[in-house]
Amino acid sequence: MPSARRVLVTGVAAISPLGLDAESTWTALLEGRPGIGPITQFDTEGFTSRIAGEVRGFDPERWLAPKDVRKHDRFTHFALAAARMAIEDAGIDLERIDRDRAGVIIGSGIGGLHMLEAQHRILLERGPRRISPFLIPGMIINMASGQVSIDLGFRGPNSATVTACATGNHALGDALRAIQHGDADLVLAGGTEGVVTPLAVGGFCAMKALSTRNDEPERASRPFDRDRDGFVLGEGCGLLVLESEEHAARRGARVLCELAGFGMSGDAYHISAPPEDGHGMVRVMRAALADAGVDPSTIGYVNAHGTSTPVGDVIEARAIRTVFGEHADRMFVSSTKSMTGHLLGAAGGLEAVITVLAVARGVIPPTINLEHLDDEIAGGEIGLSHERFVPHRAVEASLQGALSNSFGFGGTNATLVFRRAG
Amino acid sequence: MPTADEIRAKVVETIAKSFRLEPDQVSDDKSFQEDLDADSLEIVELVMALEEEFGIEISDEEAEKIRTVGDAINFVTERAAA
Repeated sequence: MPSARRVLVTGVAAISPLGLDAESTWTALLEGRPGIGPITQFDTEGFTSRIAGEVRGFDPERWLAPKDVRKHDRFTHFALAAARMAIEDAGIDLERIDRDRAGVIIGSGIGGLHMLEAQHRILLERGPRRISPFLIPGMIINMASGQVSIDLGFRGPNSATVTACATGNHALGDALRAIQHGDADLVLAGGTEGVVTPLAVGGFCAMKALSTRNDEPERASRPFDRDRDGFVLGEGCGLLVLESEEHAARRGARVLCELAGFGMSGDAYHISAPPEDGHGMVRVMRAALADAGVDPSTIGYVNAHGTSTPVGDVIEARAIRTVFGEHADRMFVSSTKSMTGHLLGAAGGLEAVITVLAVARGVIPPTINLEHLDDEIAGGEIGLSHERFVPHRAVEASLQGALSNSFGFGGTNATLVFRRAG
Repeated sequence: MPTADEIRAKVVETIAKSFRLEPDQVSDDKSFQEDLDADSLEIVELVMALEEEFGIEISDEEAEKIRTVGDAINFVTERAAA
């Protein structure tokens, strides 16, 4: 196979429980400051989990005409705001690029639940003739990509990827392939999610997937820690501006790093649990490394999926040991979900932003709340040490390359490889 | 029973709210599509808001004939008087 076009990351944007842009999010991450608190968006009486990483102080009217705000759900509001910030961060003059060659691939795990829940109530209480004409366009997952393309005039590939909690990574991988294949020269890609709603929280509670550490919200998300008891729901959006090397060079773009590889795999095992030996995770990391054409020993950091669930974290640690062997004792692994919570379909997008900044700036954000590393991870065949997980404090490290993992319900896995530019 | 002026004021208020405008921007001659920049779904939503506000039903055929603010005021005034 001829070598594919190189794809560079030239801009980032984030909206997260830690801040309304990438810089404030990054600052909080390096300070080890969590964004988890009691849920404010609905009355949590009767719910077993009553905490989340909510985006605070976000005003959609800053980004959208007032009459258009109600036509879109929260996940699309986030995407619109993040898209404009990403374009600005990349220094793109919209009038000076060929927008027929610019695409948008922003995924979401769940989509427009706020509108769905509100309109379902209207259906039951007031009848079918009172359902909003904006329900369907507002709740469908690809409306984030659609509305962003309308806003920016990007007329290239327009799509949305849906793979539960692996969505962001798959969307970025699809964007990488679209550029490599020549379908587009520039793609704005990532994930967005905004489902801190009664139905979503109730549904995850029913699965017993969420942490119930309601009295200590900031300590609730504790990936790889012995006392973890489930994930904490988060919301927000993370986007990258991806460009072919030629396109970036032509406009003299600042380059943050290269998106060097993408891997995918399926567990073919269970709707929500990974297999004990983590073969899907092992294969996805190997596939991504092979796609990037890099030796595992060049990887200095893995931004783990690390959701803080009892089963998943141990299996991911085991898969990392299997893939990296002895090198795992020389690199770092952290789960930024310890601070952001789990953004579901936006997790891969946000963590891609974080991994890009870690490579570009040579700093690795910590895993907070990691007081006692899980015995099974610390001992036996995995045998990784506490400090490999960057407990509590960020560390400086010059990174050649870094991985970001995302795994989703249904047994879907996606890994991205970022490499230092130049 | 509301007076014609009360109905007019209420229709204007409903339109202004629906399109996020000030009431003085909503004069009788304004066309929803051309002047107020409304798309077809926004007009559907406005018709629903008028139905709700005045407790009336507006058929699709009737709704199609409501093109300006004045059309809406006249339609609701006639229907409310009936």
